[in-house]
Amino acid sequence: MIKKYLKYIGLPVGLSMVLPVLTFAQDSTAVVTNTVAAIVPTVTATPVPFISAGNTAWMIMASALVMLMTIPGLALFYGGLVRSKNILNILMQCFIIMAVISLEWVAFGYSNAFGSSTGILAPFIGGFDWAFLKGIGINEVSPYYISQATERIPHLVFVLFQGMFAVITPALIIGAFAERIKFRGFLIFTVLWAIFVYNPVAHWVWSADGWLFKLGALDFAGGTVVHINAGIAALVMAVMLGKRKLPNGQHITPPHNVPFVVIGAALLWFGWFGFNAGSGLAADGLAASAFLVTHVAAASAALSWALLDWFINKKPTVVGISTGAVAGLVAITPAAGFVDVSGAIIIGLLVSVFCFFMVSVVKRKLGYDDSLDAFGVHGIGGIWGAIATGLFATPVIQSAYSGAFAGNPKQLVIQLIAIVSTLVYSGVLTAVIFKIVEKTLGIRATDEEEIAGLDITQHDEIAYNEAE
Amino acid sequence: MKKIEAIVRKSKFEIVRKALHEADIDFLSWWEVKGQGTAKQGLIFRGVAYDVNTIDRVFISFVVRDINVDKSINAILKSAYTGESGDGRVFVTQIEQSIRIRTGDHGDESLYDKK
Repeated sequence: MIKKYLKYIGLPVGLSMVLPVLTFAQDSTAVVTNTVAAIVPTVTATPVPFISAGNTAWMIMASALVMLMTIPGLALFYGGLVRSKNILNILMQCFIIMAVISLEWVAFGYSNAFGSSTGILAPFIGGFDWAFLKGIGINEVSPYYISQATERIPHLVFVLFQGMFAVITPALIIGAFAERIKFRGFLIFTVLWAIFVYNPVAHWVWSADGWLFKLGALDFAGGTVVHINAGIAALVMAVMLGKRKLPNGQHITPPHNVPFVVIGAALLWFGWFGFNAGSGLAADGLAASAFLVTHVAAASAALSWALLDWFINKKPTVVGISTGAVAGLVAITPAAGFVDVSGAIIIGLLVSVFCFFMVSVVKRKLGYDDSLDAFGVHGIGGIWGAIATGLFATPVIQSAYSGAFAGNPKQLVIQLIAIVSTLVYSGVLTAVIFKIVEKTLGIRATDEEEIAGLDITQHDEIAYNEAE
Repeated sequence: MKKIEAIVRKSKFEIVRKALHEADIDFLSWWEVKGQGTAKQGLIFRGVAYDVNTIDRVFISFVVRDINVDKSINAILKSAYTGESGDGRVFVTQIEQSIRIRTGDHGDESLYDKK
C-alpha cells in the first residue's frame, strides 16, 4: 500500500532500505553506504516509516509560511497595485479564498487531488475516500515523501501544507480580473475553478497515480500546478471579462500604494521559503538547497528587472524590482529541488527579461487588460520555470533527475507535454466556468459599479476614511 | 482689500511661503490641488511610460490690504519662477467686506498687518 504512494524515488531503493541499519555509522557517505549495501546484500527488512519530530516541526512552520503568502502577502501586493477605490475588494477576495478553499480542501479537495480512484479516471482525479479526512489518524505517517522515505511527517501536516497551495493558486488569478468583477460571480467562479481545475491538475502532477507524474514531469513546488495553471486562467479571464473602463484608454492606472506592493512582495519572498523549501517535505539537505536556490533566483530576477528598467526607461522603479522578485520566485518554483545555484542565477536573470517583455510590449500589442499582470508574471514565469527545470536539472541535487544540459533531453520534452496539457486543460475549463457563471449569476461589474469602485459597491466599505 | 490666489508648483511651495513671510505676509491658506494643462507628468509602470493626465499643484489663497497687494504679487512671481511651462498663475480679486469673528472688526482693521 505504501509503495503505491511513493511520490519520488529520490534515493535508490537499496540505499533507503539499508540506511536505518547503518545509523551507528553516522558519517557514512553515499559511496560507503553503497559499498556496504553491496557487501551485505542480505539486508532485506523494509524500514517502517515513522514521524520525525524535526521534519514535522519544519513542515508545520512551512505550512504557516505558505499561508502568509496569500494573506497578507499577495493581498497587499495586489492591493497596492489597484486604485484606492478597489483595495478592499482585493483584500476581501484573498481573505474569502483562504476561508472557502480551506474548507473545500478538507471536505473533498484533498481527496480529489491526492487520493486515488479506480478505473479510467485514476490518472486524472482522485476519489472521495479521504473526504473530510476520513480515516486519516493523527499519528498516521504521510504516504507522500520526497527524499526522506523513513523519517516522515504526519499525514495531516501534508494535508495542511498542500491546502495552503490550493488556497494561493486561485488567489493568483485575482490579478487578471481586478477592478471589474462582481464579488458574487468571482466567488462562485473561484470555487468551481478550484474543484474542476486545481484539484485535477494537482492530481496529474503530484499524485502517485497522476499521468504527468508517471510520465516523469518535474514540478518540485508547483510551477505547473500553481503558476502555469493560474496564469493561463488569468489570461482567459482577462480576455473574456473585457477591458476596464479607463478614461485615458491606456489601460494603466497608477498603483495607489507602492509601499503595500513592497510589503506584499517581501512577504511573498519570505513565505516562498516555506513554499519551495517545504516541498521536500523534510528538514534536510534538499530543503536547504531548495531554500538557497529560491533566494538566489529571487535576488537575480529582482536585480535584472531593476537593470532593465534602468536601461530602458532611465530609472529603476520600486514596482519593477518587486515584480522582478516575484517573477524570480515563480520561475524557480518547479526547479527548486532539481537545480543548483548557477542554474538558479540563470533562471532568475532571464525570467525578468521574458516577463518584462511580456508586460511592456506583448500585452500592449495584443490589447488585453490583465490588470495586475497575473499572466505576464505567473503564466510566463511559470512556463519559463518549467522549461528551465527540463534544461538545468542536475543529478548533483537529486541523483535520479537530470535535464537537457545534464545529458537528458527527454526531460525537456516531458516538461513541454506538462506545460501544454496544463495550458489547454486549464484554459478551456476556465472559459467554460466563466460562461456558466456569466449566464447564471453575472460576473462583470456594471459600468456604474466599476466607476464608483468595488469597495463601496460590493462591500459597502471604504478603505481610507476621512473621519478623524 | 484684495484676495490674492496663486497656483504654484509643489516643489516651489515652501520657497513661495518663505518669500511671502519675508514680505510680511504671514497669514495664508493653501491646499493641494490636481489640475490639467500643457505640463506633462510622466510615470513608469512595469516598463511602460504613461501620463496620468493630471498635474499636482499647490493652491494658495489670502486676503491683504490694498497697500500690500504689489509686494505680495512680486514675492510670488519671484519665488515661484522657473521659466518652464507649468509655473502657474496669480489671480487678484476685489474683496467687498471682511470681518474678524473674535473682535467684530470690519474692513482693513480685520486683516492681519504687522505694521
